[in-house]
Amino acid sequence: MRPPRRYKESPSQTAGPYVHIGCTPNFVGVQGIYSADLGAGPDADLGGALQGADVPGERITIAGQICDGAGELITDAMVESWQADAQGRYPTAGASFSGWARQACDLTTGVFTFRTIKPGCIQTSGGPQSPHISIWIVARGINLGLHTRIYFADEDNSADPVLAAIDPMRRQTLIASQRGDAYVFNVRLQGENETVFFDL
Amino acid sequence: MSDHASRLLDRDYSGQPEALTPAYKSSRLRAPCQPLLRLPETVRDVTGPVFGHDKLGELDANLVINAAAPNQSALGPRILVHGCVLDENGKGVPGALLEVWQANAGGRYRHKNDGYLAPLDPNFAGCGRTVTDAQGRYQFFTIQPGAYPWPNHVNAWRPMHIHFSVFGHAFAQRLITQMYFEGDPLIALCPIVQTVKDPQSIDQLIAKLDMGRAVSMDHLAYRFDLVLRGRQSTLFENRPEGN
Ligand SMILES: [Fe+2]
Repeated sequence: MRPPRRYKESPSQTAGPYVHIGCTPNFVGVQGIYSADLGAGPDADLGGALQGADVPGERITIAGQICDGAGELITDAMVESWQADAQGRYPTAGASFSGWARQACDLTTGVFTFRTIKPGCIQTSGGPQSPHISIWIVARGINLGLHTRIYFADEDNSADPVLAAIDPMRRQTLIASQRGDAYVFNVRLQGENETVFFDL
Repeated sequence: MSDHASRLLDRDYSGQPEALTPAYKSSRLRAPCQPLLRLPETVRDVTGPVFGHDKLGELDANLVINAAAPNQSALGPRILVHGCVLDENGKGVPGALLEVWQANAGGRYRHKNDGYLAPLDPNFAGCGRTVTDAQGRYQFFTIQPGAYPWPNHVNAWRPMHIHFSVFGHAFAQRLITQMYFEGDPLIALCPIVQTVKDPQSIDQLIAKLDMGRAVSMDHLAYRFDLVLRGRQSTLFENRPEGN
């Protein structure tokens, strides 16, 4: 067999403060290039459709904000999500549920909001995993995109192999709590209550 | 493809920037203090979203005219940017969505938070995308962006660059980076470029002038290849490739 690594992965560089121009142009008023922003919702031109009418599953909303090491809100980040459907299956090309979404944080409040369906439990060779959504965060000042996960406080998370590998003191940084009709998932990039980020 | 076959190689961090790079000021409060938690390979995201060519607009890969008035075009040196998206195994990545964004020829972004004194170009938005072909190849037309100042330190200037967002086939392959231009003296002075310590890795971010693809009296060309994380074994018809 050939050696597995012939080339080195291209280095990451920060997404910078103007990531919206390339990834969510309509969100910042760069209109007329793409009919809709990628992954922005059921009307998006690519991806999106997380809550299409024919997609079975519980409709949920997850909202959050991202803070830096000084506790300041970050208003220039972009957050992407990847998740299984309600049956715990990851979507393949052409599925009515795309499983992927993208949100730019609000330029003033920093809030990001995902409207999706609650994922099911996932069977992997590493054991069953509790319902969760994989999250990827990029922004100015982030040299390499940060991977984390959203779990749900109202699910049984006791047997999840990823949560089990995390120091119990830090586990709660990955668990979205219910507040009214929505789940809340806040991210702390640095310092006290720092969110757990993964090398995956 | 079986679960085992599609597992990703462990990430090789030797070519990647550290999170905390104090010379790049914005990283100081945004870099996690804790090391990344290594996930066992059995629970990594080996799948990810897939995007088709069919969804792209006709002008998405032509930034010279995709925001221009009829019969007009963006100001600046016209260039073709082309290359391959490969994985670490050396295999072309087909169907990879690339999104690009950049400043105009004067170094100004069409963004409400960019107040640089260089003017906007009414015929340029700086936004484009394309999907790689069956061999992993891509190309787009644009104008060469200008260098621009930024507030990192006194007299800080970004080298000319184009931002790239790349989707492979797995969410864990997701990559955002920047493409620089061969010969730009600002590359060596830029704290964002220099977040990468390995000189060979920096060289991977520098597009090379490609006179073979330039067209006389029309445009210059630059070649820029991108490498995404590879798989532990590459299957072809259920056999490890090369066996
Ligand atoms: Fe830039």
